[in-house]
Amino acid sequence: MSDATLAPAAGKPPKRAVMIYSRYERFWHWSQALLIFILTFSGFGLHGTHGLLPFEVAVNLHTTAALVLIALWAFTTFWHFTTGQWKQYLPQLSGLPAVIRFYAWGILTGAPHPYSKTLRRKQNALQSLAYLLFMVMIGPALWSSGIVYLTYPWWSHWAIGTIGLPAVAFIHTAAAFLMITFVVIHVYMTTTGKTVTHYVKTMITGYDSVELTAAEVAFLEEEKSDLLKK
Amino acid sequence: MLRGVPIRALWALLIAFAFAGPAPAAESAGPAAIAAEKSKAAKTSTADHTKFKALEGPFASGPEVTKACLTCHTEASHQVMQSIHWKWDTISPTTGKRLGKTRTMNSFCGSPLSNEPRCTSCHAGYGWTDARQPPPNEPSNVDCLACHDKTGTYKKIPTDAGHPAYVERKVGDKMVPPPDLAKVARSVGAPGRENCGACHFNGGGGDAVKHGDLDTSLIKPSKELDVHMGVDGQNMTCATCHTFNAHIQSGSRYATRSIDTHGKDLPKDDHDRATCESCHGAEPHKVSKLNDHTDRVACQTCHIPEFARGGVATKTLWDWSTAGKKDANGKPIFIKDDHGHLKYSAEKGDFAYGENVRPAYKWYNGTIEQVNVDDKLDGRIEPNGILTLNRLMGDATDPKARIWPFKEMKGKQPFDPELKTLLVNHVFGKDDSAFWTNFDLPKAIKFGMEYAGLPWSGKIDFIETRMYWPITHMVAPKDKALNCAECHSRDGRLAGITGVYLPGRDHFSWLDLLGYAAFGLTILGIAAHGTARLVMRKKTTGAH
Repeated sequence: MSDATLAPAAGKPPKRAVMIYSRYERFWHWSQALLIFILTFSGFGLHGTHGLLPFEVAVNLHTTAALVLIALWAFTTFWHFTTGQWKQYLPQLSGLPAVIRFYAWGILTGAPHPYSKTLRRKQNALQSLAYLLFMVMIGPALWSSGIVYLTYPWWSHWAIGTIGLPAVAFIHTAAAFLMITFVVIHVYMTTTGKTVTHYVKTMITGYDSVELTAAEVAFLEEEKSDLLKK
Repeated sequence: MLRGVPIRALWALLIAFAFAGPAPAAESAGPAAIAAEKSKAAKTSTADHTKFKALEGPFASGPEVTKACLTCHTEASHQVMQSIHWKWDTISPTTGKRLGKTRTMNSFCGSPLSNEPRCTSCHAGYGWTDARQPPPNEPSNVDCLACHDKTGTYKKIPTDAGHPAYVERKVGDKMVPPPDLAKVARSVGAPGRENCGACHFNGGGGDAVKHGDLDTSLIKPSKELDVHMGVDGQNMTCATCHTFNAHIQSGSRYATRSIDTHGKDLPKDDHDRATCESCHGAEPHKVSKLNDHTDRVACQTCHIPEFARGGVATKTLWDWSTAGKKDANGKPIFIKDDHGHLKYSAEKGDFAYGENVRPAYKWYNGTIEQVNVDDKLDGRIEPNGILTLNRLMGDATDPKARIWPFKEMKGKQPFDPELKTLLVNHVFGKDDSAFWTNFDLPKAIKFGMEYAGLPWSGKIDFIETRMYWPITHMVAPKDKALNCAECHSRDGRLAGITGVYLPGRDHFSWLDLLGYAAFGLTILGIAAHGTARLVMRKKTTGAH
């Protein structure tokens, strides 16, 4: 698709190619993706779903990747709060039905996406909700139960004869199933852009076409020209 | 190797203390032959037994030698007579029950009662011919040589209540010359593997029969077979771990420690070293994840992948119910299998053997509930009709319990179906009731029960039994220890262990079902959605 299709409709501000995913965000996203893949593969190996890894290798891989991911998440959480990007994840329930309707039907009939990206709001309502779920439920369920499991020797004497360890295993496994389900949906959703690979390219390059207000254009051109694609 | 040095040094000290008597008279050179006998112990000990006047001999019997030993080692007999090696009688520290070889039943020969001169050939003394009574309470009846002979010529005759041969004797098919008791007496030193092994490797009536992890392959083992005792490695003896305090050994199957929280045994300590933790501590692994296992898994479980690894098969089944068959000529039948093992013996019944056997795994807290010869079996026989002769206590909820490896011995042995007790079988003796002479079981049992002074209804039935022998010897080198997946897998070695969540083995079936279903349905949904998108796009493009 060419830029011509993006010609602004009357009354709408022009779209500009702007850096919307900073270098750190992209680093965070892709390293997280890799770690989640490693964790899924080694984790389901440990669970007994497949036998492609020797148990010992799977344990070491899973533990190492988990610790790295926890560190990455800790730093990213810090990043979210210092940069104010955490606001991206605030749910906007009012916009939700329109987005759901679009993915269920509109996308098939070629209807326009009910939401357009802005600098202040990079995600649509459904995305925000999904990522929020990921960040406050699936992620924490995994890392908290994982840390509890890793520290088993510290509480094992107390847990003898209790459901302690099975409960931890249950939470971890349940959250892992939610995680892989999230990931396949997430990956599929990346194909729903202008082209099948548009969103993936965006997450690699960081640039996307975004509606900018006149004030934003003026600000970016004056102060942050490096964020605007020439 | 650095670790080996202090252990050897400790040994040298030990030997020095154990065999240091009062200084011998300097003049007593003795005959040249005696001088030529260079006792190994003398190299490190302060006493050279070849120089003792009291040991010049000649000696006519074992007790005479003992008397000579006692002239210097004044307390030795009194100490030995306190030990289980002498008494065959002990109180379980966990159950308080009185146990011991003369009371507690096993799935091999059953009971030594009425079979004494044979069974008591492994008693640490001389002349115990009636096991209904305590052993003969005379210091000279303690057998010093069985444990301290270093010539290798001193052997107790299997049928003489602990005595060696004093004249040339026929044992089996071989003529056994009598040992030169004076020479044996002058050879004494710290017990070696062959001393302990003479009885412990041959328990149950032959090499490897009983334990499964103790047999003659351990006399000169490779470190591949036993990483501690290997002559090409640490070359430890039994007593390196089974340390003795005043002739009382540490380590006992009547008082096993399932977990040793005391940990390393230090020089100024209790000198009780019969657990792995005594030397290795509670967290011996460099990989910390492995140390996370030591609270619930015994060291032996991973480090002894198989027992009976030394090329000697151990007995795994003994079925007394078939004993006594004779051929057409009235001769008792004996049949050997392809490996030369007796698989049927008219004297003993059917046998099965195993080499390189994978242990059975069970929770075990150190308490064993044994069946004694006079115990009523009511409530002990399981619904499947099996009687466990030594019930292992402990489960996952018990902090003292760990998962231990065992040799499972299967038996079928005579019992009284009316009075519900096991029966004493009089197998050996120079009388017309002994089963191995007459093959008449009721007659042998009658004799045995009367001898033991126990009631018998006159009825004989056979009950299937199980016995569990903790596996703790034949520790493999660490590279041969079990890898994780041996247990952390769906049908691994610990498939029968209950009460713990074992990653890789366990899962919540319905959670898995739900999880896989959610994942699968999502993929299906995506496929449907994607297909719909493709089809619709074609339609829209086609329409343009």
